[in-house]
Amino acid sequence: MAHAYTPGLKVTRETTIRKIRRLPLLGEVLVEVGDTVTPDTPVARTEVPGDPHTVNIANILGVEPAEIPSHMTVAVGDAVSRGDVIASFSAFLGLVHREARSPADGVIEMISPVTGQVTLREPPLPVEVNAYLAGRVVKVFAREGVAVETIGALVQGIFGVGGETYGRLRVAVDDPATPLRADHLGPKDRGCVVVGGSLISGEAITRAIEVGVAALVAGGIIDRDLIDLLGYDLGVAVTGHEDIAVTLVVTEGFGPMPMAPRTFQLLREMEGKVACVNGATQIRAGVLRPEVIVPHEPRPAGTQVGAPAATGLEPGTLVRLIREPHFGKLAVVRELPADLTIVETEARVRVLRAELADGTVITVPRANVEIMEVN
Amino acid sequence: MADGKTGNWGPVNSILATDCGSTTTKAILIERQSGGYRLVARGEAPTTVEAPFEDVTLGVRNAVRELEELTGRKLLGQQGVLCPRSADGTGTDLFLSTSSAGGGLQMMVAGVIKTMTAESAQRAALGAGAIVMDVIAIDDGRRPHEKIRRIRDLRPDMILLSGGVDGGTISHVAQVAELIAAAQPRPRLGTSFKLPVIFAGNVKARDHVRKVLGGLSDLRVVENLRPVMEREELGPAREEIHRLFLEHVMAQAPGYATLMSWASAPIMPTPGAVGLGMQNVAKLYRTSVIGVDIGGATTDVFSVFGPEQELFVRTVSANLGMSYSISNVLLEAGLENVMRWLPISVDPVDLKNRIRNKMIRPTTIPQTLEELLIEQALAREALRLAMEHHKTLARGLKGIQRLRHMGETFDQEATGQTHIDLMELGILVGSGGALSHAPRRMQAALMLLDAFQPEGVTRLAVDSIFMMPQLGVLWTVSPEPAAQVFERDCLVHLGTAISPVGNGRPGERAFTLKGTLPGAGEVEEEVLAGQLRVLPLGVGEKATVEVVPGWGMDAGAGKGRKLKTEVHGGVCGLILDGRGRPLVLPEDPVQRRRKLVEWFRCVDAYPADLLTRLAGPLPRE
Repeated sequence: MAHAYTPGLKVTRETTIRKIRRLPLLGEVLVEVGDTVTPDTPVARTEVPGDPHTVNIANILGVEPAEIPSHMTVAVGDAVSRGDVIASFSAFLGLVHREARSPADGVIEMISPVTGQVTLREPPLPVEVNAYLAGRVVKVFAREGVAVETIGALVQGIFGVGGETYGRLRVAVDDPATPLRADHLGPKDRGCVVVGGSLISGEAITRAIEVGVAALVAGGIIDRDLIDLLGYDLGVAVTGHEDIAVTLVVTEGFGPMPMAPRTFQLLREMEGKVACVNGATQIRAGVLRPEVIVPHEPRPAGTQVGAPAATGLEPGTLVRLIREPHFGKLAVVRELPADLTIVETEARVRVLRAELADGTVITVPRANVEIMEVN
Repeated sequence: MADGKTGNWGPVNSILATDCGSTTTKAILIERQSGGYRLVARGEAPTTVEAPFEDVTLGVRNAVRELEELTGRKLLGQQGVLCPRSADGTGTDLFLSTSSAGGGLQMMVAGVIKTMTAESAQRAALGAGAIVMDVIAIDDGRRPHEKIRRIRDLRPDMILLSGGVDGGTISHVAQVAELIAAAQPRPRLGTSFKLPVIFAGNVKARDHVRKVLGGLSDLRVVENLRPVMEREELGPAREEIHRLFLEHVMAQAPGYATLMSWASAPIMPTPGAVGLGMQNVAKLYRTSVIGVDIGGATTDVFSVFGPEQELFVRTVSANLGMSYSISNVLLEAGLENVMRWLPISVDPVDLKNRIRNKMIRPTTIPQTLEELLIEQALAREALRLAMEHHKTLARGLKGIQRLRHMGETFDQEATGQTHIDLMELGILVGSGGALSHAPRRMQAALMLLDAFQPEGVTRLAVDSIFMMPQLGVLWTVSPEPAAQVFERDCLVHLGTAISPVGNGRPGERAFTLKGTLPGAGEVEEEVLAGQLRVLPLGVGEKATVEVVPGWGMDAGAGKGRKLKTEVHGGVCGLILDGRGRPLVLPEDPVQRRRKLVEWFRCVDAYPADLLTRLAGPLPRE
């Protein structure tokens, strides 16, 4: 294939970010094109059908399913309250009397003379979608949602857990190699997005939950600490819906791993601004990576914003090595041999030669590097 | 079809087939040459069904363009694939495609009894190429509101509802239909479409099911898949699943309408096509077959057994795979089971971090031997677990009454026993990156032997470049080229393994092999318990041999009985596996690692010096 390398995660100081905010069912859009929104602005609303309940009337009354219509005290479409009698049976001049009551507030949806069951549905539940980003509404999808656009810094992580949140960005360590510990966090971090260096430690997660931190961002995480937070082990990297009090974004991988210096530098530059964070990760076809977005004022036109994002591997491209034996190191591509090369496993693969920071030139499979997209 | 003519397509001299996978679109070009049909070239490109491209045909064009570059043939025009071929020779006579892009076909199935009609529905869906997201049944242990919530949360592509024998009571299947209605399920794709529901249950319940589900869903009614308790009729339900796959799932996936217009025959779900391929392998070789495709996210197992190779079963282990799902392999197998296949000492914490890092960077490949050994240990466990899962569905119908003759009076075999008989197994075929791309073919042979533990005499093979999907769909329209390319270019024969059942004591004879091998002349090899060896027997070579099992061992003719059989060669040769069945590894970690190194060295599975260095000193007890 033409592109046998991992495109890499975006670490961008200034880019245009657009997010589609869509309802799960058709509903009502609450904003218009051009409106300015903040992360918690509701942009669309709908009602999802309430939870259904099934009641086996035939069993409760001790009658045949086909007989239940004649014993119902309510009809399809009737509103009922929890505890209301919905069916009754009397025999022997009332000496035998049985009743079936509604288990919830709702509306009778179906009475089945085949199964003897009645289905009632609770009132619809309102669902709102908020803007997530501070920005501007640029498109409205009638009855479905909107597109919100902003200009800002974007840092994609490699893995995360927890849903969308936002808060003031604070860098809690002095350098990207320092792990985030519990004593780095305090009450002042309530509602903040806190950045650490090489590791989100288990003690830092506990402390973050205690003080109400919105999100933690650092280079790595130990798998045991993640299991303790979630209460279960992860088999596949499909996350974002965990019921946890703090969102986590890991930029490098599992184990203690210094955050890439440029990522750390960018987050430090953005300190004090409001960051929008989503831990949702989906490593399947259509990869979704966690993200930290920091909306900010665009630089004046004509300002140099750094080198353009890399479009492919070429000599001079900065890459990160993402597999043993050089996992986590940065290197500069020096050569891209066209022929397949035999590596230690004896597999014949497409490789590149790259120079590490200490000047050593190594040969690695192209599949084991990712381009550092930094500008 | 010696003149190369087939079906409605006229002379077939060139065939283009693509498989649109979830990450890669693979294209193959087959041409008729003087000696018959051969694979000419293969191209691939990233699949483009997801954003930002959202058009599957872009990936197909890119893969076909690679074929054009490799062959110098013109296959694409402005409007797409040039089919049929024009007078100047451009284009192709047939264009076929399979697809699992966008997550493939995801289904929920429902029935009355979990191990009866619900299981039949599961087999129908799996056989049609679906991933079964959940099985709902009256007796599945969940309360009604839990089932309703689950149905609501799932968002499948379609639901298959079964239940009841024809003319039997309808109240139970009606109850399941009412649960589905209460959940008001929505399809995965599209917000304004009704979810397709196929009803394949008791004919007497049709009116009630129509009343309950007709307005809420796109309801299709087909023949009952369990018309009587003793018979399963999965064909009509499978056909309807295929029809709906094309009408709903494919039609709503971006670019598929165009792709369908290019294709000479309907697009098939990839696993459905692989299943057809496996069934044809069984017919071709007139033997029972187990096939496995170990992918990044899922592992599919196919089996074809029975006197007429009539028992076909496919299962999908949805979260057993070598990249996206690799952490789940560790989770399901357990660390101990993974580490037992490693001839080297590894820190468990480091191992877990490495596995998680592979999960989050799924496209990386092992560069060092240590990393390769770890991945192959995980592959053994993924394959083993997938086979265990397969056995639970590859079984006879449950709940039926069997007529027994006198000889069976004391036979305690229950209904619903698995029909997988590893002693009867003729060919074991592996595909997927871990097996097809193992640097040495012997590594693939060992992974298959260790995970499946075939018994007696079994041929081993791998699909060279995973073209089974394309050949499966080709088999439906033009069997001759499919069979020829399958034998000549698709299968890589690894050889034959002889693995008697039983566990002899170390030093005792497991079996003796006698015969004349084309490369080695007359041989009489004594294989001791716990030994693994290999004899040369090349591709295309075969020999008639005698296997004389040791005391208590069975090579296929019964305990201690001599077996005369034909063995076929391959790139690995004739593998003499005296390690016993079941295969038991030493419990002591050092002795276990020493044994693994010994086996690997005996069959030259890895670079010997490097392996010895990595394993370090391993003293005997």
